[in-house]
Amino acid sequence: MKFAVTVTLKKDVLDPQGKVVQDTLANLGMKSLKNIRQGKFFEIEIEERNQLKAEELINEMCKKLLVNLIIEDYKINKL
Amino acid sequence: MNSSVIVFPGSNCDRDIAIALEKMQFKNKMVWHKESKLPKSDLIVIPGGFSYGDYLRSGAIAGKSLIINEVIKAAKSGCLILGICNGFQILTETGLLKGTLLRNRNLKFINSDVNIKVINNSTKFTSKYKSNQVLKINIAHNEGNYFTDKDHLNKLKNENLIAFQYCDINGNISDQSNPNGAIENIAGIYNSKKNILGMMPHPERMVDNLISNTDGINLFASIMN
Repeated sequence: MKFAVTVTLKKDVLDPQGKVVQDTLANLGMKSLKNIRQGKFFEIEIEERNQLKAEELINEMCKKLLVNLIIEDYKINKL
Repeated sequence: MNSSVIVFPGSNCDRDIAIALEKMQFKNKMVWHKESKLPKSDLIVIPGGFSYGDYLRSGAIAGKSLIINEVIKAAKSGCLILGICNGFQILTETGLLKGTLLRNRNLKFINSDVNIKVINNSTKFTSKYKSNQVLKINIAHNEGNYFTDKDHLNKLKNENLIAFQYCDINGNISDQSNPNGAIENIAGIYNSKKNILGMMPHPERMVDNLISNTDGINLFASIMN
């Protein structure tokens, strides 16, 4: 079973990299650009047929290592 | 006094700290991260560098390494733990110190000698300094922008757990004297029991007048005391 995990900085945490990317895109003329937050993406494959159990394991991976919960949020999507 | 310096792949201040410790008469041992037992230690140092190439987040992988379990056990039994630079980042990733180190607000790696103020001089790490003494210590980091939530920040202030704050040469703590954007100019913090110190500046680089100054010596002298 394959999952996508997206990790982003929490709303109230400053994202200087996202800001620079945003400013650069604005310089390139992307006028309707409103906001950019930069994040991380993990594609995770695990041997487990039960989706609930699989998601539980992915959650554990996120909490134990992949995500710093002080500053980051995450979303899990099945692929 | 026995000290141990933990070495990870990518540590690069491990020998500097070993030289500083030996100069101050510590009996020091280097401990490779794959070892599962610590030598008898009164002080454990987690040195600066780029452990595991800063993969995932600075300090994230080192924070889950084999030897870290032993460091956590030692910390809980009261052993002194000093994390410098990447060592501070690793300590936050283990949860021994709260908060985290974000990217510098100017998005640049900063290598420069900055002034820091000794905020709490009544700990085992700082007793040889005067209260509010201004030190000139080198910083060299990309992620030194300390961040924590409001509750923890209040706790740091109320329980006197802020070790050092960035300041100007006269000791004024202001945004201009903040090199990396750290919340409240924080350069170093203690845990509640004050046996763990995490700091971004490098005291081990300031132990010899020949190459810098000796503002870092009293940190090691305090521990020795």
